[in-house]
Amino acid sequence: MSWFIRKREPKDALTVKKLKIPEGVWVKCEKCREIIYKTELENNMNVCPKCEHHHYLPAAERIQSVVDPGSFVEFDANLTPVDILNFKDSRKYTERLKTSAKKTGLKDAIISGRAYVGGMRTQIAALEFKFMGGSMGSVVGEKIVRSAERAIEEKTPLIIFACSGGARMQEGIISLMQMAKTSAAIAEMSEAGLLFISVLTNPTMGGVTASFAMLGDVIIAERDALIGFAGPRVIEQTIKKKLPEGFQRAEFMREKGMVDIVSHRKDIRPTIIRIVSLLSTP
Amino acid sequence: MAEKYLDFEKPIIEIEQKINELRTVSKKPDIDFSAEIKKLHKKANRLKNATFKNLTGWQQTLLARHPERPYTLDYVQHMTTDFVELEGDRRFGMGHSIVGGFARFEGETVMIIGHQKGRDLTERMNRNFGSSNPEGYRKAMRLIKLAEKFNKPVITLLDTPGAYPGMGAEERGQSEAIAANLFDLISVKVPIVVTLIGEGGSGGALALGVGDRIMMLEYSVYSVISPEGCAAILWDDCTMIEKAAETLRLTSKDILELGVIDEIVKEPIGGAHRDPVLAASILRRAIRRHLNELRKIDPKEMVAQRKKKFRNMGVFEEY
Ligand SMILES: [Zn+2]
Repeated sequence: MSWFIRKREPKDALTVKKLKIPEGVWVKCEKCREIIYKTELENNMNVCPKCEHHHYLPAAERIQSVVDPGSFVEFDANLTPVDILNFKDSRKYTERLKTSAKKTGLKDAIISGRAYVGGMRTQIAALEFKFMGGSMGSVVGEKIVRSAERAIEEKTPLIIFACSGGARMQEGIISLMQMAKTSAAIAEMSEAGLLFISVLTNPTMGGVTASFAMLGDVIIAERDALIGFAGPRVIEQTIKKKLPEGFQRAEFMREKGMVDIVSHRKDIRPTIIRIVSLLSTP
Repeated sequence: MAEKYLDFEKPIIEIEQKINELRTVSKKPDIDFSAEIKKLHKKANRLKNATFKNLTGWQQTLLARHPERPYTLDYVQHMTTDFVELEGDRRFGMGHSIVGGFARFEGETVMIIGHQKGRDLTERMNRNFGSSNPEGYRKAMRLIKLAEKFNKPVITLLDTPGAYPGMGAEERGQSEAIAANLFDLISVKVPIVVTLIGEGGSGGALALGVGDRIMMLEYSVYSVISPEGCAAILWDDCTMIEKAAETLRLTSKDILELGVIDEIVKEPIGGAHRDPVLAASILRRAIRRHLNELRKIDPKEMVAQRKKKFRNMGVFEEY
């Protein structure tokens, strides 16, 4: 179910050139290869000011980019994954967890909590791709369910930013069950008449797409995001053909009727505010 | 075309063939091999017991995919009467990889639905090897809603390598189709009894796998990813398939231990394909028992219990 396949960084001339750039001051755009001031990129929500390419945005910054300043209160930060299968592939699961934790400062691939957006109270969560590809295991599943339960308790909307390769293989069948568990929680919210806004960011794949992420009352896809069930490589291997340009990208998904809105990163907050506002007033 | 027998089945099959030969010869007058036949029978049983008691995860995966293994329509034939197959998702297509319809089961009308692999190559192609496109999942949900409308219990049988990873599947919303089923199934107001009869391949299996009782046939498997896919992604090495099958813990025993299923349904020794009629009759009794229990529960309470069952799935620590 997890179709994210690691890409090895090619050690080409560009990488070497990158090393010559004074560290931490300049960065190179992944797409147009222009050299950009790092602070300029950061102030622009990691969107390239030259070509509008949307670079990866960490979960914490993602939340900050949407909520009213200072209003976010994190919950369930102490939930910690367990290596139930004693899983070891080329590396131990416990080691992968440690490395990811060190890299992101998180215990698992999600940050969740309560925040105000345009003055309105919401529950909000974002998946962290740098933590094992944003994969969904027990902790991600549980935190999404608790967010939905809080939404029901406090009668607020729920906003989730998906960013994931799919289910976490290292938790085996238990990770598959998180698809059913999170979908059931969204069904509960729906029964309670509450709004769930799902924002699909690059990439949203596999078991995450095939569960809560596609169950938004409103689904917003961030520009250019790769969204799908099977990964492009798996599809190409299956059909023995190359996929056309733009296949499974946000714009393609809109064309196929799978999402409501394709949005530039800077427009996501105003769009969410407008939707929540429309639905919380007569 | 796949081999009819698996490697570890061969020694057993050979003894059985020998027994059959001796039997044929024994039919002639003045020749009596009954002592030898008895001996060989004992030997075959010993061998079967020894082989099937300690199957590896990979061996069990091969058994679950056995080309002779009974499929959904075999169980429908052996467990029910008056089956009326209902086709199509009413939106795009027929959904060939999943079959379903009303049937009589132990005297009561049920909706029975399952993935269907094909028996011969033509049927396999037509069924897409049990790998469904979105239409299959949408058809299944349509039929389950029909069952709910007429207050009939639902029996689902899971047997798929996974949801189909094709272009059309993506274009027509494979993710949405699976997600919608997970969303809808949790609050269906009639009993749902789920059984994994062969391969439980990730989201494509789970799309029919949310219910009040979940059972696995003894030699079926259930996994978040195929051993092949797991070896390719995590080990970056296709020769690690057996290791991946072991590590994923996908056998019925493993899944029961992990608390995801309620029960393992015994198979005839050597696997369901050695005696499909017996396999179906054991399964029929198990399903009947669960349906009888579920009938006694108020539908509201039953749905609440189903929700709780899935709410509690997950293992983590909280400090
Ligand atoms: Zn650029």
